[in-house]
Amino acid sequence: MGKKILLEHAEVPGIQGYEVYREKGGYRSVEKALKTMSAEQVVEEVKTSGVRGRGGAGFPAGMKWSFLAKPEGVPRYLVCNADESEPGTFKDRYLMSKIPHLLIEGMITASYALGANTSYIYIRGEYYYLIGILEKAIEEAYANGWLGKNILGTDFSHDLYVHPGAGAYICGEETALLESLEGKRGNPRMKPPFPAVKGLYDCPTVVNNVETIAAVVPIINDGGEAYANIGIGRSTGTKLISASGHIKKPGVYEVEMGLPVEEFIYSDEYCGGILNDKKLKAVVAGGSSVPILPADLILTTANGEPRLMSYESLSDGGFQTGTMLGSGGFIVMDETTNIAKNLYNFTRFYHHESCGQCSPCREGTAWMEKILHKVLAGKGSMEDIDLLWDIQTKIDGNTICPLGEAASWPVASAIRHFRQDFEELVKNPAGLDETRYYYHCNNINPEVA
Amino acid sequence: MSTEEIKFSEESLALVKKTIAKYPEGRQKSALLPILHLAQAEFDGWLSVPVMDYVASLLDIQPIEVYEVASFYSMFNLKPVGKCILEVCHTSSCWLRGADDIVDHISNKLNIKVGETTADGMFTLKTVECLGSCGSAPMLMCGSQYHEHLTFEKVDGLIDNLRNENKRTTYLDEVKVENY
Amino acid sequence: MAKVIIDGIEVEVEDGTTILQAARSIGGEVTPPAMCYYTKLEGSGGYCRTCLVEVSKGSEKDPRPMPKLVPSCRTMVQDGMEVKNTTSERALEARKGVVEMLLVNHPLDCPVCDQAGECDLQDLSYDHGGYNTRSEFERRTFEKQDIGDKIQLHMTRCILCYRCVKVADQITDGRVHGVINRGDAAEISTYIKNAVDNDFSGNMIDVCPVGALTDKTFRFKSRVWFTKPMLAHRDCDKCSGKTTIWFKGDDVLRVTGRKDEWNEVEEFICNTCRFDKKKVSDWTIEGPKEVSRSSVISANKYKNLEKPKEFKLNDIKRLDS
Ligand SMILES: Cc1cc2nc3c(=O)[nH]c(=O)nc-3n(C[C@H](O)[C@H](O)[C@H](O)COP(=O)(O)O)c2cc1C
Ligand code: SF4
Ligand code: FES
Ligand code: FES
Repeated sequence: MGKKILLEHAEVPGIQGYEVYREKGGYRSVEKALKTMSAEQVVEEVKTSGVRGRGGAGFPAGMKWSFLAKPEGVPRYLVCNADESEPGTFKDRYLMSKIPHLLIEGMITASYALGANTSYIYIRGEYYYLIGILEKAIEEAYANGWLGKNILGTDFSHDLYVHPGAGAYICGEETALLESLEGKRGNPRMKPPFPAVKGLYDCPTVVNNVETIAAVVPIINDGGEAYANIGIGRSTGTKLISASGHIKKPGVYEVEMGLPVEEFIYSDEYCGGILNDKKLKAVVAGGSSVPILPADLILTTANGEPRLMSYESLSDGGFQTGTMLGSGGFIVMDETTNIAKNLYNFTRFYHHESCGQCSPCREGTAWMEKILHKVLAGKGSMEDIDLLWDIQTKIDGNTICPLGEAASWPVASAIRHFRQDFEELVKNPAGLDETRYYYHCNNINPEVA
Repeated sequence: MSTEEIKFSEESLALVKKTIAKYPEGRQKSALLPILHLAQAEFDGWLSVPVMDYVASLLDIQPIEVYEVASFYSMFNLKPVGKCILEVCHTSSCWLRGADDIVDHISNKLNIKVGETTADGMFTLKTVECLGSCGSAPMLMCGSQYHEHLTFEKVDGLIDNLRNENKRTTYLDEVKVENY
Repeated sequence: MAKVIIDGIEVEVEDGTTILQAARSIGGEVTPPAMCYYTKLEGSGGYCRTCLVEVSKGSEKDPRPMPKLVPSCRTMVQDGMEVKNTTSERALEARKGVVEMLLVNHPLDCPVCDQAGECDLQDLSYDHGGYNTRSEFERRTFEKQDIGDKIQLHMTRCILCYRCVKVADQITDGRVHGVINRGDAAEISTYIKNAVDNDFSGNMIDVCPVGALTDKTFRFKSRVWFTKPMLAHRDCDKCSGKTTIWFKGDDVLRVTGRKDEWNEVEEFICNTCRFDKKKVSDWTIEGPKEVSRSSVISANKYKNLEKPKEFKLNDIKRLDS
């Protein structure tokens, strides 16, 4: 049994409510931080823990916190990124619905460390029903003195609000998220300035993923040192993995960093093996944006070492033979899957989600989808595969925000590792109805009164 | 609706006030997304121009600022829709587990294509991108409720239920989440 | 002050200057093309990505090269920075890609477009592109739209530079047009039928780098290269009254702001000067306006760009009618 520090109590009946959560040791981190530690000490502890951002980029959280600008007389904000829209990722939803107080507690402790008197949880609009759960938890926290004025009699006051999105993957990108929180279109901002200097309402702001903020609770409770002892190397602690696709037991698993990928896929404790005992063909290990890997390369690195669930091991081999841990969205595909068809699905996604500000992404994502659409409809040629490759190089690295890369890498890796799947479709079309599913966003349904 | 004056109920107006208060002075535009959600739920499931203009006046911003935002986000409908929108996820994990078949099944059963509404105005069929329920694929969302691990039988049952209830579903409907 | 080297040429500029402005102060080849940046519009730039350059040395203090190409219009110089524009294979290749992207949906209607001859996209594709795109898919099209009685919006040609939105935000009050929808469905629009009606709204036409916003009082009266630009001024209570007026024979065909060598207006002008003063007697003529932009005078280049094979005769009819 792997070590659980976030989901330890997730199955306890009634843990959604304040009483049970508190009984199980809830809100200890707030007590400890506010009563016995300075804000700087909390930041230090998080630095010591080595915890890295769980939203996808893996940037060390303590380091990010220490970059926060602190100009006199200007408010600072903490914003929790609960937009969770990366295909294959559903861990934040799981955490928030199972054990909402863990996030609220983390928000309070983190806000204390950052000197933020107001914080927001930006949650994707499709999770509207979760807002009720979170707001109930927040209400209970206020009622029990964990939020509001002069918390625990100290001079730290804090207000916490939940803010809904309305359907836009791009609002998971931190600056687009801030725009959206300000009531605007989710157009990513140009950096610099970074949010740590000019974020929400032009004030210094830290944006962190749900899981990152939740991890602050055990880090403060047990110390950064103890957290750093879990995991492997620079991948400290545990990671929530969302497992889906062709596996026997899809779901959210808390794994200790360093768990062998093979064990994760085949052990009954986790995914339980491939559905219908088929053969494993490919895995997207960290959400749709990371490079897809064929079975042999996901189980072992190019050097023949077992691949582990950690930032370093998954990226071993770079883009040639490796991938990334990303958000931990682990999508498994069996031998019957045509990777080019799956890629069409991904490119459609990125086309649909491009904000449209910058030309390479706006035009390029649409173009790539059209080409794959054509290939699936049986009108493709071998040159189309090369064209696709070339377009992705023209987007990669040349856009305002990383959605450009997120759209390029799946294309590059699919062609790199599964060119034969494209060629097969060129020779034997998938029979896609060319008109099917093709419409944009919210201008649906022209006639009905 | 078009002939009546557009105005939120007292209850909603109170909620609007409470929502605006979440943001600092002068930052009332921040409340735009939650208030558009509220407006869509209250005014027939979509955002007409008069409704958007009304929201602009509530927040003291230009109407174009509302149009820009409403047209950006995929949860806002800018055209009339059926009472129940069946939003089937068709992204990778759901696709791997048969989302296309679910879409076809609904499409055949209701005799509408994706993006269309049944003649009785009851159902609209929409395909959407990953809703964060990949581990329970295939899935669809109707109002605020997730329907997961879908089979044809489950879908049939759901459609029957919705038809019997004959109520508009909205994203703001309360959901009981007993076991996640 | 900061010393910067761009394509091997050293220049000293104020701190806080962008790479693009530093390059412009050198002038000539080393200046990256800019389709969305506009000096007088705050927060402009960063969208089109045509001005991407390589920073091979970050600064004296931190000499590491920047890993990605950067938009020169939004990146500040640092003392000791070294920039490669035309000397960077990577930057040129990326720019070619950007030009191709901008043309993926851009109609090839130059022969009937008002902007032909003074179009930044025409110049850009001539100088940096492969003339055409490899995309075989149908281009997106929109109906032409009158936004008021003086300005026409032809969204089909728009490259989404956001300049006109910034004009409306920054020099007029009560913006009524903006960007709606998202991704490649994004468009400049008023959403509802609405007139852009404001003393300074006409400046949207001057800042538009392509032929998406055009002066209805000028449309199709003449090709640009048959008209003769003259510097002129008048007493105006709304703006400086300093303009360029465009003659054909003795007629004033149109009035625009005075554009500098980067095709940016020196001063914004009011709608009265632009739309209502079309008599020679309205103006004091100062003399001929030098046009430094190459394409206006060089109809030859323009011919190169015209690729009639993609162009059907009935398209011309439709656009003209
Ligand atoms: C296109 C795009 C989508 C993103 N979506 C999310 C998301 O849904 N949730 C998230 O936490 N981070 C997302 N991120 C990463 C955020 O920009 C940001 O790095 C993160 O919220 C920082 O928190 P962390 O350091 O705790 O991971 C996304 C980034 C990009 C470029
Ligand atoms: S890369 Fe795509 S999503 Fe990001 S700013 Fe550019 S157009 Fe928008
Ligand atoms: S892929 Fe369908 S919910 Fe994620
Ligand atoms: S001019 Fe720099 S990005 Fe457009």
